[in-house]
Amino acid sequence: MSKENFIPKILVFSTDKISDPGIDQAGLRKLHYSPAVYVISLPCSSGIKARWIMHAFQQGFDGVFIAADGHECSFSPKCAEHTNTIIVESQVMMKENNISPKRIRMAAICSVCAEPFVNHMENFSRILSELGSISAEKSLVP
Amino acid sequence: MKEKIGVYICHCGGNISDYVDVEELSKMFLAEENVIISKDVMFACADSNQKAMVNDIKENNLDAIVVASCSPKLHLHTFKNVASRAGINPTNYVQVNIREQCSWPHSDKPKDATLKAAGLIRAGINRVSHSESLDNIEIQVKRAVLVVGAGVAGMKAAIDLARLGNDVYLVEKDYFVGGRIAQSEKLFMSGQKGKDIIAKLFAEVKSYANITLFTGATIEKVTGSLGNFHVDINIKPLYIQSNANPTTLKAAMNDCPITVDDEFSFGFKKRKAIYKNYDEACPDVPVVDVEALRDADEFLAKYASIFDFTQQDAVLSLHAGSVLVSTGFDSYQPKEGEYGYKTVPNVVTLPEFNKLMALSPDKLVFNNKTIKSVAFIYCVGNRQAKGENKYCSRQCCTSAIYTSIQLNENYKNITAYHLFRDIRTYGKQEILYEKSSKQGDIYIRYDEKEPPVVAQGAKAIQIKVKDFLTSKKELEVEADMLVLVTGMVARDDSKLISEKFKIPIGNDKFFNEIHPKLKPVETVIKGVYIGGACQGPKNISESVQSSLSAAAKINALLKGGTVSLDPIIARVNNDLCVWCGKCAEVCEYTAIKEVEEGDKHIARVNEAICTGCGICAPVCKPNAIEIAQYTDMEIESLIDGFMQEVTLTDKETESHEEAENETLKMKEFPQMWKNILQSIDGGKKNIPQIAEEISVDTDIVTYHVMTMNKYNVVMADGMDEKEAYYFYKRKN
Repeated sequence: MSKENFIPKILVFSTDKISDPGIDQAGLRKLHYSPAVYVISLPCSSGIKARWIMHAFQQGFDGVFIAADGHECSFSPKCAEHTNTIIVESQVMMKENNISPKRIRMAAICSVCAEPFVNHMENFSRILSELGSISAEKSLVP
Repeated sequence: MKEKIGVYICHCGGNISDYVDVEELSKMFLAEENVIISKDVMFACADSNQKAMVNDIKENNLDAIVVASCSPKLHLHTFKNVASRAGINPTNYVQVNIREQCSWPHSDKPKDATLKAAGLIRAGINRVSHSESLDNIEIQVKRAVLVVGAGVAGMKAAIDLARLGNDVYLVEKDYFVGGRIAQSEKLFMSGQKGKDIIAKLFAEVKSYANITLFTGATIEKVTGSLGNFHVDINIKPLYIQSNANPTTLKAAMNDCPITVDDEFSFGFKKRKAIYKNYDEACPDVPVVDVEALRDADEFLAKYASIFDFTQQDAVLSLHAGSVLVSTGFDSYQPKEGEYGYKTVPNVVTLPEFNKLMALSPDKLVFNNKTIKSVAFIYCVGNRQAKGENKYCSRQCCTSAIYTSIQLNENYKNITAYHLFRDIRTYGKQEILYEKSSKQGDIYIRYDEKEPPVVAQGAKAIQIKVKDFLTSKKELEVEADMLVLVTGMVARDDSKLISEKFKIPIGNDKFFNEIHPKLKPVETVIKGVYIGGACQGPKNISESVQSSLSAAAKINALLKGGTVSLDPIIARVNNDLCVWCGKCAEVCEYTAIKEVEEGDKHIARVNEAICTGCGICAPVCKPNAIEIAQYTDMEIESLIDGFMQEVTLTDKETESHEEAENETLKMKEFPQMWKNILQSIDGGKKNIPQIAEEISVDTDIVTYHVMTMNKYNVVMADGMDEKEAYYFYKRKN
């Protein structure tokens, strides 16, 4: 598939109480983003396992976006720190599998961050489009 | 693994089906392994559909259901209840969001929306296939509440909780109740005195036998969890005999020869070493300043009968089902030199100035200077783009303006200058701004980047300010007093309270609620609530509103004697766990403890304390921890479902045939449709007109007209004059 026609598939990990309502609001306001964006909602981004991220790449997702709560996290003031550790750990695993570290991103999305979410998806799609499909890059160990 | 799954895909009246081909999807999933029923329904949440779902589940003996409709934030509990009513464990239900996260954001690409919906629903089916039947965690709760902080918010909540039949332990750090408002004189908007409000509330607190008030008491240790908190409080001694004669006590207060600076009055006056914060302070028992009385041997000997210096700190254990923290706020204390504070004479904060006015009923004199002009600088210590406190305290604008109005009412010919960034007198408080403007107060707006510069002039304080509204022309204001309008900050002991109760603290250092709109008084610690200004700047009425809201929540929680908690908690696989302690290290709530099991040490999760955040799971190297309902199997099956290939029927070639079929389908209209068409006749009508003509409720007509519109029986044809309703006409 040529890079022009390539629509990257993005897996978003959101949080039940803060970022998922923000993503819902983008829909409520009929703000458009790529239909290749799929969302899994969790209690807190600090609970994401690196193996889930690797599983997503293995299954063909071109990018993983973590819509974190940032300082608004009601569970832990260290949420961003914990989530960052998970990303760093994932990037080490990604490197071992020849996956560009640019394929994972994190940003704080709050419950009214409809437009920022859409902007993030557009920017991330653009970055992933430049990188091309994951199938050309990965050498995932099953 | 679930083997009899029911799938329901909602049209949402067209909100979904206008963009997602729900009929095709329902047919597609019928072919899916383990899916027994797959239906598209007009409104999944409608009572009639809920009943039909219950029947389907019972008749087909379904063991799990998936509803693809709107966001789970709206109807998760609706369908969990449907599952319960039909005899399925609610954890064997999965809601798939194909409206807010599919049909609406992708309404520009209907085919892609349908493909995405297929992936989402398949992922939901995968997830529910691996779902476990989990029971809610039932906890016995004690019907007693610990309220921390006896300010206005805490006292109001305590009164309501007691009135509703709960035992209340009201714990106040100070020796007297009332918090900040006891320090205030007249309060906006009512003009009531803070002391009067406190006296009234204290009388009400005293009238309830089920409220126990502890003053001079601090929280020492907290153990337990929802339903059964065990809290140790430390009570400081008063050094007054419990049976002291009230007359002698009063005489001792009058005779006391030792005076010290009165902190309660910001040091503007002296107080005795046996004192109350103010004459009417509650409770009506004075406090002894032991340090100050150290050398007053003669006085101590004279009144020996009322003192007891053998008294020591006492620790008391309280047992409560729930906790309300309403510890209030501190006023921002400017740094030395900030706008001349403590370096230029006659520069004070707003609370200090209010107290000064209260102590100067006839004439405003400070540092031997009769005050003829007062300048206010707003937003001191708040809204700092580069500082610590980025937030706005909101109430300070109104408070300063109200002070300025009193300044004009109490004293004659005082000029007031207000150097502000923005005036935020929201709601009814705007009336005060208007009154202040009309009385001749001068308002000068400054830019945050160029704040006023304060210096001591020859006769008065000189303030240079660039007027933002006149192209930043520099003005020089001379004032006899400068009042720094300081905002609210979190109490200096809030970190301590946070550590005791494990309440998360935000960047602003105030306590964090779960969600500012949806769960504004709940914290992630089950059973611990926050009310008043300890969670962020609030005025008195907002503080009371939030604490009463928390009181209502707590009462609802405790009144049944038991509470049922979602089973979303961490679980330890004992075989995999090797106890490295990492999980306990990252757990903010001390929910994980090391225990001995057979010949090894493993981690154990306290179900009542665990919040299900999942922070412990990724740090576990042997992968021994999972969160119920967020297991590896469930999450990975979701990912698999998203990525599975979907093939849709090519609608292009079928469109003509389908249109004909659509018309054929509509030959058998329901009677209601016939009535609506008869009402419209050959013309056009809006919904209220149709409803009135056929004497049917507007909601029912709306439902049917929407459906008729979807099936191309009627179509919209312009709007009425007020643009409130569409007209509909028959579609040929």
